[in-house]
Amino acid sequence: MQQIIGYIFIILGLGFDVFGCIGLLRLPDVYNRLQATTKCVTLGTCSILLGAFVIKGLCATGVKAILVAVFLLLTSPVAAHALARGAHKSGVKLWPKSVVDKYEQDGN
Amino acid sequence: MKKNIRWLIGFGILAASLLFIMLYPIPSLLSWQSSFLAHCFFILMLCFVMCLFRVMAGPTPADRAVAIDTLGILIVGFCAILSISTGRDWYLDIAIAWALQSFIGALALAKYLEGRGFDE
Repeated sequence: MQQIIGYIFIILGLGFDVFGCIGLLRLPDVYNRLQATTKCVTLGTCSILLGAFVIKGLCATGVKAILVAVFLLLTSPVAAHALARGAHKSGVKLWPKSVVDKYEQDGN
Repeated sequence: MKKNIRWLIGFGILAASLLFIMLYPIPSLLSWQSSFLAHCFFILMLCFVMCLFRVMAGPTPADRAVAIDTLGILIVGFCAILSISTGRDWYLDIAIAWALQSFIGALALAKYLEGRGFDE
């Protein structure tokens, strides 16, 4: 029973990973690609780690898996924000059909 | 018309590779506890190939930085699946170290894209 619940979490995480990587290939712009991958891949990897915790139970391996999941949830948005800011400052153009650019309008 | 043909070709390649992974017999390189985890392993390999294609073909340096960051997060999940399937603890130690290194690497790449020095 415990193993089946863990496998369900792992299947969910793999689905999110595959869709995030398809977004990385398919979307037209740096910012769109960043927005697709940093959500989907972070949630998918945290789901895989949660599955590992459910399968292994409260031993050293499971606690390490929870630790890695919390660390990823804290650091991945920070890295994505820094990358988007760096890309905007290095002069990467937006997709021509995109609507608004608030960061440019604020005068930065 | 041409856009539809390109979309169909990409979808066909993706569906064919997923079906191939589902039906492929499991190699006996590692001692798998269950065949389900071996298929998960190969699906993550497909994700790695997609990220490496974006690293190779990205038009700007920012694309390559985003793909490298994504690859670092995927490797953490890969280490978790290896840890379950082989029953060894130290794959998760590798995962902790890899997450830390990937975060610091992404911050350094962002500083480099902004065009500043590393000590500002």
